[in-house]
Amino acid sequence: MDRLDLSKLRYGTELVKRGFARMQKGGVIMDVTNAEQAIIAEEAGAVAVMALERVPADIRAAGGVARMADPSKIEEIMNSVSIPVMAKCRIGHFVEAQALEALGVDMIDESEVLTPADPYYHIDKRKFKVPFVCGCRNLGEAIRRIWEGAAMIRTKGEAGTGNVIEAIRHQRMVTIMIKRLKNMNENQLRNLAEQYSQSYLRLLKEVFKQEKFEDDTIVYEEYTYKEVKDGIFEVLKEVKKLQRLPVVNFAAGGIATPADAAAMMQLGSDGVFVGSGIFKSSNPETRAKAIVEAVLHYDEPEIIAEVSKNLGEAMRGLEIEQIAPQERLQERGW
Amino acid sequence: MKIGVLAIQGAISEHYSMIKKTFSELGINGEIILVKNKNDIKEIDGLIIPGGESTTISRLMFKTGIHEKVLERVENKDLSIMGTCAGSVLLAKKIKNQQNVKTLQLMDMEIERNAFGRQRESFEIDVDINGFDTPFHAVFIRAPIIRKTWGDCKPLSKINRDTIVAAHQDNLVALAFHPELTNDTRMHKYFLKIIKK
Repeated sequence: MDRLDLSKLRYGTELVKRGFARMQKGGVIMDVTNAEQAIIAEEAGAVAVMALERVPADIRAAGGVARMADPSKIEEIMNSVSIPVMAKCRIGHFVEAQALEALGVDMIDESEVLTPADPYYHIDKRKFKVPFVCGCRNLGEAIRRIWEGAAMIRTKGEAGTGNVIEAIRHQRMVTIMIKRLKNMNENQLRNLAEQYSQSYLRLLKEVFKQEKFEDDTIVYEEYTYKEVKDGIFEVLKEVKKLQRLPVVNFAAGGIATPADAAAMMQLGSDGVFVGSGIFKSSNPETRAKAIVEAVLHYDEPEIIAEVSKNLGEAMRGLEIEQIAPQERLQERGW
Repeated sequence: MKIGVLAIQGAISEHYSMIKKTFSELGINGEIILVKNKNDIKEIDGLIIPGGESTTISRLMFKTGIHEKVLERVENKDLSIMGTCAGSVLLAKKIKNQQNVKTLQLMDMEIERNAFGRQRESFEIDVDINGFDTPFHAVFIRAPIIRKTWGDCKPLSKINRDTIVAAHQDNLVALAFHPELTNDTRMHKYFLKIIKK
């Protein structure tokens, strides 16, 4: 072939978006707030960086409305490293997502770490050419995000705490339900799909004060209630068959040590996001390298022990019970 | 036949499934080994370096000492290697405009990382490959381009006059795209044929 047949060139397809996520498997994605940190992350072996103005622990401390980062900040980071750069938009804030796509970020995290923008709906991610990652606490959230077009799922965990308990909770919640699907017949799957579809009715229920809606009612973007239920059912069927999510599944939210990262991998994660855990510790460079190695050798205890030596102080960490329920980031999104 | 998949990072399970499928299509009673440590290199006939992040795979390949064992065996011409995307970068003698990714420096080619641009410039397209009767559906993700080949290294596929996306040298194959993201086993069969020689 001497010339590219442009009519056959396809950008931003499902395969290209999910394929990008697959290339991240077995890797560590690190939160960074400037070029210097991004370079440290790349040199430590991160597969990608998440460009932020503030890490989650600082967002939590600062309070107020947390929004998409300043694009000049994101560009600074994009210009400093050769690995992919991701950035966060608010849940439901499709214009922040459009802006991030225009900037050329490699993946968008529709994230509960920022203040949600839409009280009813998450972004229709199929409308974008850039792939999305979304958080989940359970299988229902994961299935809805995949149906909306997410190319990668991650646990929500409880970001900015340095406490892994919520990430483990969410990973277990997803795994146990996937196993349960194995013994479900088509009818039971249909019922579960209907149950998982209820979240899309919240606006309608609130406005029209009724519980039941006809199949042909438009409930989300241009989709009818029936299309939503059928779509969710198809994703469930695929999960039942594969016995795993059909997209890459990462761990996130509270991972602070090499052992935390390796534990998430042993529980079935495909890779790990480390947010505040690295640059809120006393020695980010060493810790970043140690976590990368722990993810590679997650089932080799001798190596976990070795790379855990002399890392200096981990981030201080927070007990989940000490965070008021309304301040827990994982409660955002549905 | 024993095929190793470098299991450091990236599309490892995808290649695993593709080789399994290739074995069964060819009726080969083969074995697949996930290579994580240098000792795993000893027993394999062929190695696949998957797509992923070349900086990450490079750093850990050198850290674990896997690179030494690979180089030893390639020098003796008793190990064949296929690198896809990031894997092809790691086979190249030269990387354009970059010094910070260490490679195995095995193939006489110069490669440019992320040569099409960022993720939004990633795409899929049918490409012609030398020796294949019909086009191959190729997925390019933040893909490299082979800018130059010399010596015994020969282009296998081009999507434009100066855009080489696959190359071949002795028992080494470099692909800028991801055959492991499709169901087409022809590239994997091509690789197994090289090993048999």
